[in-house]
Amino acid sequence: MATSKTSKTATATKAAATEATTARPAGSRAAARAASARLDVPKTYKLFIGGAFPRSESGRVTEVTDARGRFVANVAKASRKDAREAVRAARKAQPGWAGATAYNRGQVLYRVAEVLEGRKAQFVDELVQTSGLTAARAAKQVEAAIDLWVWHAGWTDKIAAIGGNANAVAGPYFNISVPEPTGVVAIIAPQSEGLLGLTSVVAPALVMGNSVVVVPGSAPLSAISLAEVLATSDMPGGVVNVLTGDAAELAPWLASHADVNALDLTGAGSLDWISLEQSAADTLKRVIRPEPGIAPETPQRILALTETKTIWHTKSRL
Amino acid sequence: MTFLDYAPAPESTSILGLRDEYGLFIGGEWRPGGGTSFASVSPSTERQIAMFAAADEGDVDAAVAAARKAYRNVWGPMSGRDRGKYLFRIARILQERARELAVAESLDNGKPIKETRDADVPLVAQWFFHCAGWADKLDWVGLGANPQAHGVAAQIIPWNFPLLMLSWKIAPALAAGNTVVLKPAETTPLTAMLFADICQQAGLPAGVVNLITGAGETGSALVRHPDVDKVAFTGSTAVGREIAKALAGTSKKLTLELGGKGANIVFDDAPLDQAIEGIVNGIFFNQGQVCCAGSRLLVQENIHDAVMDRLKERMATLRLGDPLDKNTDVGAINSTAQLERITRLVDAGIAEGGEAWSAPCELPKEGYWFAPTVVTGVEASSTIAREEIFGPVLSVLTFRTPDEAIAKANNTPYGLSAGIWSDKGSRVLAVADKLRAGVVWTNTFNKFDPASPFGGYKESGYGREGGRQGMQAYLKGGK
Repeated sequence: MATSKTSKTATATKAAATEATTARPAGSRAAARAASARLDVPKTYKLFIGGAFPRSESGRVTEVTDARGRFVANVAKASRKDAREAVRAARKAQPGWAGATAYNRGQVLYRVAEVLEGRKAQFVDELVQTSGLTAARAAKQVEAAIDLWVWHAGWTDKIAAIGGNANAVAGPYFNISVPEPTGVVAIIAPQSEGLLGLTSVVAPALVMGNSVVVVPGSAPLSAISLAEVLATSDMPGGVVNVLTGDAAELAPWLASHADVNALDLTGAGSLDWISLEQSAADTLKRVIRPEPGIAPETPQRILALTETKTIWHTKSRL
Repeated sequence: MTFLDYAPAPESTSILGLRDEYGLFIGGEWRPGGGTSFASVSPSTERQIAMFAAADEGDVDAAVAAARKAYRNVWGPMSGRDRGKYLFRIARILQERARELAVAESLDNGKPIKETRDADVPLVAQWFFHCAGWADKLDWVGLGANPQAHGVAAQIIPWNFPLLMLSWKIAPALAAGNTVVLKPAETTPLTAMLFADICQQAGLPAGVVNLITGAGETGSALVRHPDVDKVAFTGSTAVGREIAKALAGTSKKLTLELGGKGANIVFDDAPLDQAIEGIVNGIFFNQGQVCCAGSRLLVQENIHDAVMDRLKERMATLRLGDPLDKNTDVGAINSTAQLERITRLVDAGIAEGGEAWSAPCELPKEGYWFAPTVVTGVEASSTIAREEIFGPVLSVLTFRTPDEAIAKANNTPYGLSAGIWSDKGSRVLAVADKLRAGVVWTNTFNKFDPASPFGGYKESGYGREGGRQGMQAYLKGGK
């Protein structure tokens, strides 16, 4: 199926990788399991759109290698058309997610943390394999990510209390302001910290009921494995859509898409993010500028992807 | 004239002591502008009110420099308590000079004195009074302890509520500790000039408020000035887009209050007397030149005919004419350009199959006028159901179920305001939840208050004005 392979590493490594491909099973996965007699079953890393795991319609993949340049996986390389499908799925899913009770959204986000905890080893494994982190450091990062999901799970039924207000207007009205989700949020995830970086941008968008199309940064394997966790955490399909691929290629389509309400450029610092922000201005998207942007793990980060709705209710004169 | 007719009751302009010519108010002093001066005319008589200076790039630079200096030396270091006291002073002077301001505003804008006297000017004073109280309580706006001002704020306001929009911009900016350079609209610069005088009466330190007049180029130079930290704009979506583009890649903060195409939804159980008044207020207040106007009436199909009959009956009693007359309900359109736009869009609505009905009122020979008009048989895809008209023109659509009403209300790139009329509280709350609009009025319309955040979803802009959220727009988190 795979027609093109583009290595993210240097040319020399690429050559080595091509060699490795022909000489399968010399990959690191096989090497790591060398002691075992059983031949392992590698995973196909596909996109996550509308709750399903399709390959890219373009048929393209990106080869992911380990720190030593050995083949790990072919990750789907999303196209413009995939991005549009993802936005469509996100738009379709958004009202349902926003319409769920805050308690329910909180439980689903907490469920993500629970399921992640159970699959911690897999995430650590992927990080060690692809980022060159030590197992201990990778474990710390994954644990921080799990804790960050728990932190966000606890906010769903509290943000309205700190982001909204009852307003003492000069007249016979019950007047209240509440934060509501902005809608569909397109995210260029941070290029570092793998699952943790991804969580720091995706989770805050979900708290109040936005749906998300995210282009993961440096950890495409973690992103797709996270998608598998989301798919089994009672998160409705389409609420989170993951487009692995080239952020520089995908971001302009998301920035100009008229059905995207907000553009989070946290991880776009190395892209031409100014033209992305300019493009987003055509449809007056809310834009979070690249890091430092808005600090993660703050209520401001969650509120940045909300709209304040103010409702005036007439009181009758008694 | 019968005993039931209204005798003319014009407010006297003798309270105004206008100059023939106004300069730029920069660094606490009046100075001439580098551009070509322009006249502001009264839309109801087409007579010139005064000449106004046009600020060129050099003037913009001087104004920003004056604001920067005042921010660094005076306003930034000043305690919140003292900043608040200056704003309280301003609020009081605004109240003292309320009549003068109302007359000046009606003269310059063309809106009825009834509105400037009872809505615009009282709200202006209330806005300063509200924000004054925030100045020494910024730790509680929701950004953590010790939030910081941005610095110099560049502010551009429209012509539909000249002094009110000035207060929405200047009061929170100053309370938060910013200094400002504000540009009023070129067709309505008068009350901003009077406000300069009020700043002087209040003893506000020089450079804290700088007022520069001019057209689009002046505004463009102002928002692009490199020493500006924060931009706040109220106006058209097209210009808002341009500003957002110009600021991309900078560290400037931006809030935008842009256009709207508000849906006013009338259910069949609505209290009809109030609903008719609400529809009229929603679209004919300020001649419909309101970004949050209820310009799309969504009426439940089974009461469409009854509502139309009563609405037309009510519209026929609206008194159109001299804005300074205390009995006037509908004043003049602000400019020829706006009148042409309204006329063009209504023609398009008729060409696309809409049926227009205008209140039978005599239009004065001089000035810019458009009779209150309702267009029925409008499709969701019609030009006049989609484009903001910004005039006294109501487009009428129908619906059968709440879901259909919600879908039609949300079927617009805008998301500023909406209205709901129904006696059933539970339905009102459920519908309000689903409307993608920043302000929802239930069984009322076009209500404003400084304690109440105002602003749009989607292409109606971002950021809020009023209340805690409004203060946040002028602050950044403390360190």
